Amino acid sequence: MIWGVVQFPGSCDERDALAAAGLVGEARMLWHADDDLDGIDAVVVPGGFSYGDYLRAGALARFSRLMEALAAFAQQGGPVLGICNGFQVLCEAGLLPGALLTNEDIRFVCRQVEVVVESNRSPFTAGLEPGERLSIPVKHQQGRFFAPDDVLDELESCDQVALRYAAGHNPNGSVRDIAGVTNEAGNVLGLMPHPEHAVDELTGSVDGLRLFKAAAAALA
Amino acid sequence: MKARVLIRPKEGILDPQGKAVERALPALGFEDVSHVRVGRIIELETEDPGEIPALCEKLLANPLIEDFEIETIE
Repeated sequence: MIWGVVQFPGSCDERDALAAAGLVGEARMLWHADDDLDGIDAVVVPGGFSYGDYLRAGALARFSRLMEALAAFAQQGGPVLGICNGFQVLCEAGLLPGALLTNEDIRFVCRQVEVVVESNRSPFTAGLEPGERLSIPVKHQQGRFFAPDDVLDELESCDQVALRYAAGHNPNGSVRDIAGVTNEAGNVLGLMPHPEHAVDELTGSVDGLRLFKAAAAALA
Repeated sequence: MKARVLIRPKEGILDPQGKAVERALPALGFEDVSHVRVGRIIELETEDPGEIPALCEKLLANPLIEDFEIETIE
């Protein structure tokens, strides 16, 4: 399978995402100003500080030329993984519900957290068991997931909450401990933790690789 | 026309910046300040003031988390 990793001005995790995706398939960098996703089977919108986080994190990146093609790709059921800033971009673009706010205690947080699989409906969690715990690092200052209560109720009843922080691991004050959500169809997943940084024993955990492997298996 | 857009966190949404400012004030001797909220101001000029609400909703503010007010300057 062929992965595409979107590079915006200000992205900083695109090379790790490319390396992670490259462990389970062929991975290509996609420039934000291109408009072509031909031949791409799955897309990663990586972490970083696209457009310097000007205005709000993700607010300007959503107007990149490639985002139109990405919206169409998602609409057709193409798997899209938004990590950290990529999650913020997808929320701003309306491809995912909710918003990411400044962490409750205002500080930048960088640490390993445990997340619990809530739903395996997305291709990135397919094959994982609900209740399984994954150890994946977070590093962000604007990662507090928020949506109004009625939206949260709907997300839960529609099985759109993919990952929650394990008890005691919520690093940012996210409502209902939500770490990752999907769109209604389940093919677009956004999460604050960085699975691309947990693909090698050398850095403590390979649990992140399971998300890439799951998508590769789901598409095979 | 010149306009000023005031953007602030929606009522009920925790504003850590406002809290941090509020906690700093007593250290300077300002003991009576509460409910500090930090937002932002965007100034702009436009030939078509009718468009301002739409551009606020689509870009300047995120209506899920922020309220905005438009103020005409001249």
